[in-house]
Amino acid sequence: MDQSLDGNAEPYQRLLVLLTVAVRNAVRSRVRFAGLDAEDVVQEVLLALHLKRSTWMRGTPVGPWVAAIARNKIVDALRRRGRRTEVPIESVLETLGFEEVSGQEQAHDLERALAKLNPRQREVVRAVSLEGHTAQEAAARLRMSEGAVRVTLHRSLKVLAGHVQCGAG
Amino acid sequence: MNTENLIHALVIDGSRPVVPIGRTLLRALGLAIIVAELSLFILHPRVDIVQALSTTPFAFKLLLMLALTATSAVVLVDTARPISAPHRRWVLILAPLLLSGGVIVELITVPPHAWTAQLIGHNAAHCLMFIPLLSVAPLACLLLALRGGAPAHPMLAAAAAGLQAAGVGATIYALTCPDDNPLFIAAWYSVAIAIVTATSAFIGRRLLRW
Repeated sequence: MDQSLDGNAEPYQRLLVLLTVAVRNAVRSRVRFAGLDAEDVVQEVLLALHLKRSTWMRGTPVGPWVAAIARNKIVDALRRRGRRTEVPIESVLETLGFEEVSGQEQAHDLERALAKLNPRQREVVRAVSLEGHTAQEAAARLRMSEGAVRVTLHRSLKVLAGHVQCGAG
Repeated sequence: MNTENLIHALVIDGSRPVVPIGRTLLRALGLAIIVAELSLFILHPRVDIVQALSTTPFAFKLLLMLALTATSAVVLVDTARPISAPHRRWVLILAPLLLSGGVIVELITVPPHAWTAQLIGHNAAHCLMFIPLLSVAPLACLLLALRGGAPAHPMLAAAAAGLQAAGVGATIYALTCPDDNPLFIAAWYSVAIAIVTATSAFIGRRLLRW
């Protein structure tokens, strides 16, 4: 996590993959019975972990921090379903598991939130996510500067997080 | 979008070092102080400020306001994080404690018939108006910075930001205000600071949700 905050892509990639598995375990056990798509919530948690990573204090354990953010998002998601629910943080922490590995889960909330972006933002997000380009490649393809791609991407992620939060329509 | 695609986008966005939230808030405080100081061009410091600096009540007043600003900074950084950390909140009692000490000394040294005059001072209404006004710009700086945080309790974090903004506003106002005695500060400064804190808590409850 330390290295990830310094902007090193490879450790960050590994960290996010690891966290995804952990968060998925925690989310599945408490969201499925509410009739929610677990993967939607997982993606929402990932987005929040990413955008709020400046609030992790170096040198402190990562687990409780991840659990606190995950819980906030799970509670949000359940509340959107109109259920008042208490999710104790300890239980989230316990179920952050690392056993399962899988990659291709589809989810829909983010797909819907993409519609809220302006065309340019959508292009950038598609280029770096669906098509898997680096910022440099995306810049070349969309005839933008690399800096502009980065700024647009960052803005878009914030917009996406905001839209998922207010109910995605 | 599947999760793998999302992770790829996040990794690309994350390829830059992150500024820790504590540092962001400190920068916002710096900016808040600079902005608040600009208002001294309109609202001139009191004319006798150089002599006043060497008098105990004035120095005590400044010390109080600086203590408020510093202690609320400590609490603000804690409340900006998703894990609630109540263990350092006790520092907030330092400023009120100092103030009550000052009030006690004043009550002992000033004869009772003069208490009311001390309490009402010269311009209580000014104080109630200008401290909140001077706190608006600092508050905006701090709340904007806090939006980058992930407060466990948004309202609490906003209140801490309000307290700090009020600390900055009150420090600047203290430089222009002719009333230095602790009784006056206890009666009027505290009300003005409470107004700013409450307003901020109210705004922040929605603004700081994440």
